[in-house]
Amino acid sequence: MEPLKPVSPATRVVLGAGFFAVFIAAWAAATYGGWVPPLFLASPGRTLLAGWSLLTEFGFLGDIAVTIWRVVGGFLIAAAVAVPLGLLMGAFKPIEAFFEPFLSFARYLPASAFIPLLILWAGVGEAQKLSVIVIGSVFQLVIMVAGVAGATRPDLVEAARTLGSGRLAILRRVVIPAAAPQIAETLRLVLGWAWTYVIVAELIGATSGIGHMIMDSQRLLDTGQMIFGIAVIGIIGLVTDLLFKAANRRLFPWAVL
Amino acid sequence: MSAKTLRIEGVTRSFPGQRGGAPTLALQPTELSVAPGEFVAILGPSGCGKSTLLRIVAGLDQPTAGRVLLDGITVTAPGPDRGMVFQSYTLFPWLTVEGNIRYGLRERGLPEAQQAEIAARFIARTGLRGFENHWPRQLSGGMQQRTALARALANDPEILLLDEPFGALDHQTRELMQELLLEIWEADRKTVLFVTHDIDEAIFLANRVLVMSARPGRVKAEVPVPLAYPRDWRMKTTPEFGALKARLMGEIRDEVRKAIAAAG
Ligand SMILES: Nc1ncnc2c1ncn2[C@@H]1O[C@H](COP(=O)(O)OP(=O)(O)O)[C@@H](O)[C@H]1O
Ligand SMILES: [Mg+2]
Repeated sequence: MEPLKPVSPATRVVLGAGFFAVFIAAWAAATYGGWVPPLFLASPGRTLLAGWSLLTEFGFLGDIAVTIWRVVGGFLIAAAVAVPLGLLMGAFKPIEAFFEPFLSFARYLPASAFIPLLILWAGVGEAQKLSVIVIGSVFQLVIMVAGVAGATRPDLVEAARTLGSGRLAILRRVVIPAAAPQIAETLRLVLGWAWTYVIVAELIGATSGIGHMIMDSQRLLDTGQMIFGIAVIGIIGLVTDLLFKAANRRLFPWAVL
Repeated sequence: MSAKTLRIEGVTRSFPGQRGGAPTLALQPTELSVAPGEFVAILGPSGCGKSTLLRIVAGLDQPTAGRVLLDGITVTAPGPDRGMVFQSYTLFPWLTVEGNIRYGLRERGLPEAQQAEIAARFIARTGLRGFENHWPRQLSGGMQQRTALARALANDPEILLLDEPFGALDHQTRELMQELLLEIWEADRKTVLFVTHDIDEAIFLANRVLVMSARPGRVKAEVPVPLAYPRDWRMKTTPEFGALKARLMGEIRDEVRKAIAAAG
């Protein structure tokens, strides 16, 4: 082990899988070894069984689909607002000066604290669930996109100007392509946060979704189901993260991400 | 060739002082007239305002006083009639070599076929064949500056503004690039303003060398280079070259000494 020395891809996979193995082994030891009573923590086997019955008997796949739909929907709405606004703010400083102070305030508003208000405004339907995700992610996303766009290398902008680019051409042909890989990374990050907000939204006033299932399981004190639900979120998160990374590498072959 | 005359009239630039300090006078009133097809080198110690002057001609910076005229019309903003190559690497990382060279052509709305034809011509002239589809990060510094030069030339500017374009390259690469630039200039005879702090480079390329004083910069001497074109590297060993070099070294040494004294 040398400082900053890279590891081979194969070693990376082995090491990464290794910690999962260690984690599950510790979990198994704690539960099968009787260190933790089953009331508080289900064993891995019990969790898998609970998951199996959730999927086969209780239509949990439907809950997963609903939750994914909400996350993707809320995230897309947030991105559709935040990316264009952030780009404009990053490129044009008066626009940034206009929105930035408010956004810096709004980004600290906790999305979960809006849930009672949103239920009042939008009921307990899908609009409320999407709103929680949008409120939770849009302000942060605008600020981060503006930061990325604002960090466009000024010498590239100057080069473009000497090649005949006007204001809009600079935005379209320099700022946007320069910022695109970082914006994609930012979106990947924020998609992860959207998962947190959706579960919070589903814990209160929902009749479907992974969060709702976890709440139901709590009433039945079924830790196996709860852990299975949480693990499913983790797995979906991991898979989307990998897909996002692969897509970014394909979309931006010129960048070294 | 519809070449235009460049006139720099009393161009002055001072930068506002930082944190309430006194303003920095970067450029004293500067006069310069460049005829179409001239190759003028601007030689001076670091910090004497060479880049400032060139940026004002490019329209990237505004003079505090005075003006820049291109065929009688005042320059206020950058435009494709003044191509620029910077010392730092400014290729667009998201475009290939060919994409970079086509940038200005696309901006002018030329048809695809014409873009491709012009790009191919400058790829050949700058020795970039086989690298068309490389990303800038895959290129050496010399290759990147070739591409930057091709990108500026493809736009067919009236004037080429070169701000120490080979300054970051190693000595051997730099000499090759000088020969490449000379070859292109000898064929096209475009007006060139070439900023450098390298005396050999200035003499080898230019038909006129302007020596700038230490900050605040002004043109303190003007030395014509009466060496015939086409030139090649062997010229650097001739007595005429040596005599010019001795003269310019004398001029520049005083300024470098002043610049160091001012900084210390
Ligand atoms: N944007 C700026 N703000 C403040 N001072 C500047 C700025 N640009 C250049 N200067 C100052 O002007 C002087 C000339 O700079 P420059 O033209 O870059 O010199 P050169 O290219 O000859 O090395 C330097 O002292 C530099 O610090
Ligand atoms: Mg400079």
